[in-house]
Amino acid sequence: MAAAVDRIRRPASIPRPPDRYRSLIAVVSWAAPAALILIVGVLFQQAWPSVTRFGLGFFIGSEWNQVTDHFAALPFIFGTVVTSAIALAFALPVGIAVAVLLAEPGAQGVRGALGTGIELLAAIPSVVYGIWALYVLAPWTLLHIEIPITDHFGSIPFLGGIPRQTSLFTAALVLAVMILPTLSAVSRDVIRAVPRGLRESTFALGATWWETTWKVVLPAARAGLFGATVLALGRALAETVAVAMVIGNRPEIPSSIFSPGYTLAAVIANEFAEATGDVYQGALVELGLVLILVTLTVNVLALLLVRSASARPAV
Amino acid sequence: MPGAAGTKLEVDSLSFFYGKTRALKDVTFNIPERRITAIIGPSGCGKTTLLRVFNRMYDLVPGARAQGTVLMDGNDIVTTTKLLDLRQKVGMVFQRPSPFPMSIRDNVAFGPRLLGWNKTRVKELVRSSLEAAALWDEVSDRLDEPATSLSGGQQQRLVIARCLAVSPEVILMDEPCSALDPVATLKIEDLMVQLARDYTIVIVTHNMQQAARVSDFTAFMLMNPEGRHGELIEFAPTADLFNAPRDPRTEAYITGRFG
Repeated sequence: MAAAVDRIRRPASIPRPPDRYRSLIAVVSWAAPAALILIVGVLFQQAWPSVTRFGLGFFIGSEWNQVTDHFAALPFIFGTVVTSAIALAFALPVGIAVAVLLAEPGAQGVRGALGTGIELLAAIPSVVYGIWALYVLAPWTLLHIEIPITDHFGSIPFLGGIPRQTSLFTAALVLAVMILPTLSAVSRDVIRAVPRGLRESTFALGATWWETTWKVVLPAARAGLFGATVLALGRALAETVAVAMVIGNRPEIPSSIFSPGYTLAAVIANEFAEATGDVYQGALVELGLVLILVTLTVNVLALLLVRSASARPAV
Repeated sequence: MPGAAGTKLEVDSLSFFYGKTRALKDVTFNIPERRITAIIGPSGCGKTTLLRVFNRMYDLVPGARAQGTVLMDGNDIVTTTKLLDLRQKVGMVFQRPSPFPMSIRDNVAFGPRLLGWNKTRVKELVRSSLEAAALWDEVSDRLDEPATSLSGGQQQRLVIARCLAVSPEVILMDEPCSALDPVATLKIEDLMVQLARDYTIVIVTHNMQQAARVSDFTAFMLMNPEGRHGELIEFAPTADLFNAPRDPRTEAYITGRFG
């Protein structure tokens, strides 16, 4: 009797895999964090001349002068964060709308064409995006968006000044197009994963398609949609070539989003080859560290946001 | 038992197609008002398809199409264009409990809010619907907690409450207990009997004992071996169908010789 009870209570012991197998798995799984630590270590070593010279001032200063050897990161942090934020503001509604449409059963033909089209956007190399943006997007944006807005809303902070073809805004638009495939593809999968019963129950209560999508399907997919957004944001923050071609490459904090700026990734790519002297080179490497820090911060913030959202009672 | 009852749904030579595939052929029977009608039969006989005609759920499936008529109080369900009205009058409970990702209160209030009913009324409905679904006592002190925190059986009763909140006339249930444990199943069955005083209930079930326990009338369906489509074999008061089936195929099924 007691033995029978014991047999029921005791969980079946899970056989341990052979030890060699376990150590292989351990080596492989520790390789990723180890690589990260190594990379950061090497970057620190290379950046040391700049780190010792500027200290924390590197983060708050805004001078970038190769002649006097004065370097600081703020204009680049500003450019990186602002372009990515604007890009996300444009891409998010479009991306989610496309994802909802792609996840919809029915309308096969439209869905196939649209889905393939959007996915092909991801296959275009970023340097080609840069060329397109420089010759097509930038002139068009200047004429039809930047000039009208500065004319009418110039008094609003960050919307005034003399608009330029190469600007933070143009770079943000290119980024928006570039992150659209990631955003819509991941969102589509997340929306498709919403249980069918949930959709059907909503319809069965007499809800319209719009009410079903907006009030039940998207809230149910919320955590996943957030993940898609973070993934897209990560891509936008780190994008280099296309941005470098259209942002104007001016290392200052502009007074308008229609003025030229610079991003962390772009300045490293543009200036590294011709950086002379330990301090200049070190400063560029330190910008790389800052870029890691920015993307890491964004990811951690996003994680915390998701946690707090899922811990809220009324969800 | 069944007694005299008016007819709620008149199904007349109903056929159903998924694209070119015929799923139902010439189904004709009357579903009585304020009674529980069970639809039984082996897998693939078209039970669920038939149920989904009654609230036009099949409209969500591309290429699905019904032929024939289903009259509810004289109005044809198959040809109506007022889908939202129809679905308010004909509620549905699905196999898997499907609480919405929101609080218990918001789940029940969801339908009434869609209909734009005022706040006082919605508040009353949340309570009365949860009471009618025999869930109020268990959740009255935690209405603002997420609905997903409830157990499976509670979730299914919540879904029934959500369905009751829009004051339907007919409630369709598609194997509502198949994902539940025996205790939760009994609770739902008790609840169905209670609800049949005010609502017309149509339940699809795999479980013959369940049909025998709760229903007043039973429809037995089977897949036609030649046409590969579902048809109605026999429709009768439950006691008659189980004790004295007229069709040999019904007898074979209920005595467990196949299916």
